[in-house]
Amino acid sequence: MAEQRDTSDAAPPLCASAADKTYLAHLATGAFHIQRCDDCGKGVFYPRAICPHCGGQSLSWFRPSGAGTVYSTTTVRGRDRMYNVCLVDLDEGPRLMSRVVGMDSLDVKIGLRVTAKVIETDDGTPLLVFERMPT
Amino acid sequence: MSAASRRGAIAILGVGQAGCGDAGGRSEQEIVADAAAQAIRSSGLAKSDIDGIMTASLTSPWWVMRMAEYLGIRPKFSDNTMHGGSSFIAHLHMAALALEARECNAILVCYGATPRSAPSSSRVNAMRAELDPQLYEHPYKPFNPVSSYALAAARHMHQYGTTREQLADVAVAARKWAQLNPEAFARGPLTVEDVLAAPMISDPLTVRDCCLVTDGAGAYVVMRSEDARVIHPKPIYVLGTGVAHWHRQISSMEDLTVTPAAQSGPTAFARAGLKPSDIDIVELYDAFTINPILFLEDLGFCRKGEGGAFVSGGRLAPGGDLPVNTNGGGLSFTHPGMYSIFLVVEAVRQLRQEAGARQVAKADTALVHGNGGVLSAQATAILASSL
Repeated sequence: MAEQRDTSDAAPPLCASAADKTYLAHLATGAFHIQRCDDCGKGVFYPRAICPHCGGQSLSWFRPSGAGTVYSTTTVRGRDRMYNVCLVDLDEGPRLMSRVVGMDSLDVKIGLRVTAKVIETDDGTPLLVFERMPT
Repeated sequence: MSAASRRGAIAILGVGQAGCGDAGGRSEQEIVADAAAQAIRSSGLAKSDIDGIMTASLTSPWWVMRMAEYLGIRPKFSDNTMHGGSSFIAHLHMAALALEARECNAILVCYGATPRSAPSSSRVNAMRAELDPQLYEHPYKPFNPVSSYALAAARHMHQYGTTREQLADVAVAARKWAQLNPEAFARGPLTVEDVLAAPMISDPLTVRDCCLVTDGAGAYVVMRSEDARVIHPKPIYVLGTGVAHWHRQISSMEDLTVTPAAQSGPTAFARAGLKPSDIDIVELYDAFTINPILFLEDLGFCRKGEGGAFVSGGRLAPGGDLPVNTNGGGLSFTHPGMYSIFLVVEAVRQLRQEAGARQVAKADTALVHGNGGVLSAQATAILASSL
């Protein structure tokens, strides 16, 4: 679990909604939260004010297990380095874009089991990433 | 009964293209005006006859007003609905509705951009990131749009065994068509090995799996068929259209191997009363090599998962079973940010037997299919030289 840090570093972007701010506030404390619809029970990500599954407007925040599976992956061949960008299916249902850290991007394969963690980027902002799940 | 579901209710008259490849220092408005003038003139009309205008822009939300102002058109109907690169085929659907409702009589659809000549693509990209933020993708720095399509390609490869060689076949076929198109920007030799050996941009896509970044403008004029027949000797009839969009961000795409073409295609075919085997020519928006594979599957030319095998062995190339992207496509002809208007221009030229060296022998029906965003929006239209 990441240490708590100054929440001022996680100032939300100009266009952030209330749900975005809540997500970022949790992330700033090192915690990964997503929403669940109170009507249909499905997990929701990215955060929003309405359930994209059933249209319900009552969504609660909860802490997912962090476990997921890589659905697709690519290695971006940047000018100075290559890095991973992938799509992870959380065990709770939602899919999100992220990065697998702690291993070579070329070794990240579809189907890899991963677990979430919150890191701090070079400019001090919290970022949700994944690492290989210990077997 | 709506015109969108009345087979052949509208028809395309003149088409125009300008500034393709390198606009030679002209602005996007200048090359759009050039293409528009060609389209109006070859329609047998005067600018004063145009009372509808449709366009879209990656950079300006006011673009239809800008172009109407620049061209000196006071439209009775205008629209700049932005469906990304598929806009200019989606516009055919909306044009049909407007013409049937008798809102106007002659609609100009136009688009152009000069990314090759643009001062700074990074400034444009930064501005677009502000206007269309993707808060839950941007922090991971995908090299978009390449990375989004790379994720789709990787998933298709994993799920169906599609190979990089099959993706490369798409690029090679497009290049062979481009070699028959004097307007095409990239006409040099290209082999599967060249594509595979090119620098990787975002795995599994190399630079040769990606479309050009070049200048260009296109335009066409559309009218009700009964009016078009009086004015133009060879109207090209719009038999059916279909438009669909399901997501904006690749992370919100439910299944990376099934695009909204699975909705727009069947709709267009049903309205046209045709099936894939009835189509002589296919013009698909090939922003990346994975795109034609996905679209041929979703449109019903082959089964889901079999697109890789379908495109291999030169099937799409000149002399192959299915002529695809006969102008060389976005991969080899031109690609000014958005592309679907060039699909319409090329299809019309083929259906009129005006395509020169690349003319397909049997060219009675054509399917044009545009893609927007990151496989987000799809628009399909089926065109024919006669009813």
